[in-house]
Amino acid sequence: MSVKMTTRQVGDVTVIDASGRITLGEGSSAFRDMIRDLASQGHKKLLLNLGDVSYIDSSGIGEMVSGFTTVTNHGGMLKLLNLNKRVKDLLQITKLYTVFEVFEDEATAVRSF
Amino acid sequence: MSSPAPVVHLLDSTIETIDAAEALVTQAAERMGLGEDDLPGLGMAIRECVANAVVHGNRYSAKKKVHLTLNESPGELEILVGDEGEGFEIHDVPDPLAEENLLKQSGRGILLIRAFVDEFDVRRRQPNGTEVRLLKRLQPQ
Repeated sequence: MSVKMTTRQVGDVTVIDASGRITLGEGSSAFRDMIRDLASQGHKKLLLNLGDVSYIDSSGIGEMVSGFTTVTNHGGMLKLLNLNKRVKDLLQITKLYTVFEVFEDEATAVRSF
Repeated sequence: MSSPAPVVHLLDSTIETIDAAEALVTQAAERMGLGEDDLPGLGMAIRECVANAVVHGNRYSAKKKVHLTLNESPGELEILVGDEGEGFEIHDVPDPLAEENLLKQSGRGILLIRAFVDEFDVRRRQPNGTEVRLLKRLQPQ
């Protein structure tokens, strides 16, 4: 299954609920398009919920980094929520824990913006 | 007990080949007894190798194949992934962990491959292309 994404508002924070796989091809391009659309529409507080994402490859990681840069360049912030162990491991290996703010609780994440 | 002969697969240069290669390798590794905690990492290493072969090596060319070889021996699985591209120098790949590269979109594939296998080598493939060799050791259960 490729990635599926839906958005919802929690106050002024846009939560992106992703599920499936963010991998080279359709999955990573769908992810890229959504982040760019939200950033260009003026959404500045983005919280990416990866709780139901089973798999991310280097292409998916690249799109997350690209999304982070895109949102930052629009004056916003992109933070991460609910990473499973494998995704946490990937962020450790790639040192991206030093780039992303990561939360395990949505309410805490929303308050952090 | 003698080891089985290497199994060679010739695969198309498509995105679908990445899934197929992952399945071939993880099924072999599982059959050999690789623990379920290690299977996803090996699968990721294979996906990254084959993605490199399809995208950067063969550039999706319908005329070029990805050469996947599985070589089983007691306690270890050797995997070769070859392409028919123009080759690359691994030393030219920037360090993705360097501060100045952390926010780059690409360049993390080899880092992830190295993280999940016991040995990783890159060599020129004859008559053309690149071949990467992965070795995964199976821990005694």
